[in-house]
Amino acid sequence: MNDFLIRALLAGVAVALIAGPLGSFVVWRRLAYFGDTLAHSALLGVALGFLLGVSVNLAVIAVCLSIAILLVIFQQKQQLANDTLLGILAHAALSLGLVAMSFIEGVRVDLMAYLFGDILAITSHDLAWIYGGSVLALLILLALWRPLLSMTVHEELARVEGVPVTWVNIGLMLLIAIVVAVAMKIIGILLITALLIIPAATARRLAGGPEQMAVVAALLGCAAVGGGLMMSLRWDTPAGPSIVVVAAILFVVINLLPIFGRRSRT
Amino acid sequence: MAISDNRLLASLRDVSIETNGRALISHVGLDVHAGEIITLIGPNGAGKTTLLRALLGLQAVTSGTVHRARGLRVGYMPQRLQIDPIIPLSVQRFLTLSRRTSQQDVQRSLKEVGAAHVQEQSLHVISGGELQRVLLARALMCQPDLLILDEPAQGVDVVGQSDLYTLIGSIRDRYGCGVLMVSHDLHLVMEAADSVICLNQHVCCTGHPEAVSQHPEYLKLFGDAPLKGLAVYTHAHDHEHNLHGDVVPLAESEEKEQHEGHDHE
Repeated sequence: MNDFLIRALLAGVAVALIAGPLGSFVVWRRLAYFGDTLAHSALLGVALGFLLGVSVNLAVIAVCLSIAILLVIFQQKQQLANDTLLGILAHAALSLGLVAMSFIEGVRVDLMAYLFGDILAITSHDLAWIYGGSVLALLILLALWRPLLSMTVHEELARVEGVPVTWVNIGLMLLIAIVVAVAMKIIGILLITALLIIPAATARRLAGGPEQMAVVAALLGCAAVGGGLMMSLRWDTPAGPSIVVVAAILFVVINLLPIFGRRSRT
Repeated sequence: MAISDNRLLASLRDVSIETNGRALISHVGLDVHAGEIITLIGPNGAGKTTLLRALLGLQAVTSGTVHRARGLRVGYMPQRLQIDPIIPLSVQRFLTLSRRTSQQDVQRSLKEVGAAHVQEQSLHVISGGELQRVLLARALMCQPDLLILDEPAQGVDVVGQSDLYTLIGSIRDRYGCGVLMVSHDLHLVMEAADSVICLNQHVCCTGHPEAVSQHPEYLKLFGDAPLKGLAVYTHAHDHEHNLHGDVVPLAESEEKEQHEGHDHE
């Protein structure tokens, strides 16, 4: 197997392993559009990273967190519906990112690679960043698991039982920001949410408990990465979209086969 | 009551709560002592849940003070638990959400509320009455000094309600905890309740239901009282509120004008 393919597989597996459990929370807490908004704003982070000459990855995390905080402020002040607000922020941030990109001189930035990912162009340096970010995110998620799950099931009950809801929420936003920054190179800004929600949604039908759902989602994500890379290699299709296509096929197949339905009521 | 320790657990002093210029609660005072059962009744929108949330620290007050004893452990049973079926959750897992608890402990607390048989079942398939018992078990998991129950008997049939109220009474007896609960079933309150507070944004009146249970109106409604543990809290106001007339006997409205505030028969 080629080096670039091994790197692609290793990178994809790392992202799938964190995207599964985190994606379960995105699905449980109905944060799909929220995740999408953060992902869209990542392009602005990329542009700022280049323009200011700082680490692109850190700039992405910073911009994602800023957008998340902005969203919370707007939510408290405005009378607008959440999806309207998310739509405004997502597209404003994406457009701002595209505009900012046009100011970058000298360095040629491959816009398509950021929008749809370029997993086959992953370098060893990228891989180190991806593993560092994924492991950090997994550790944070493990530490937050119990309070996060408790407040997801019932926020007020969790609050009465002593869960610091605001801090745990900020932790969750930080996690999504890290995963967006990590997954950007692999699957692309426009498709990150798919990797978060499709394996998790597929896992629901196979799982009898929240932890089980998170683990199954991680494994399904790995399968999608493997399948997508094979598809890309065989038919020369773009890798990021191929991974999402495989994830979607798994979702449809597992939801259609009656054999998997037995556990879905638990 | 045989409970010697009746320290003050929590209190509200002259509490008012407003949102967007609308008063939800005005000038409400309330004390909850250990070993005491207080039932809050009142029409929809009377501010019962708001009052509980203020006492729990979930709702900021506009004026007045909220006091909770230092280190107070509170068991809370929220009004409605609608858990999205997207989260796969068994009763066992639900009861271990707040802290790591052994299977035996979960089993014990479920047995205590008479719901041991649902331990392994999904939270999404058990009946309304079973769910209320599971919620009560969760409130008991922290060995609370104070139980705050928001309509514990909702969605439960009348016999089940009677059982549930009896259970709450026996839990109070066993642990000596204070209980503050909301009852939406107007005028149907626990015989064991030490006091009843009728709330309609302000405290309309308070009283002892034991005395009321000997009231002719009580006997007229229940006859031989087949539902043990339930009493009728009959009372009147010195001002006008329409308290869902369906349970209130006509006789009360005839007497209405003769009562002074805080005067109960």
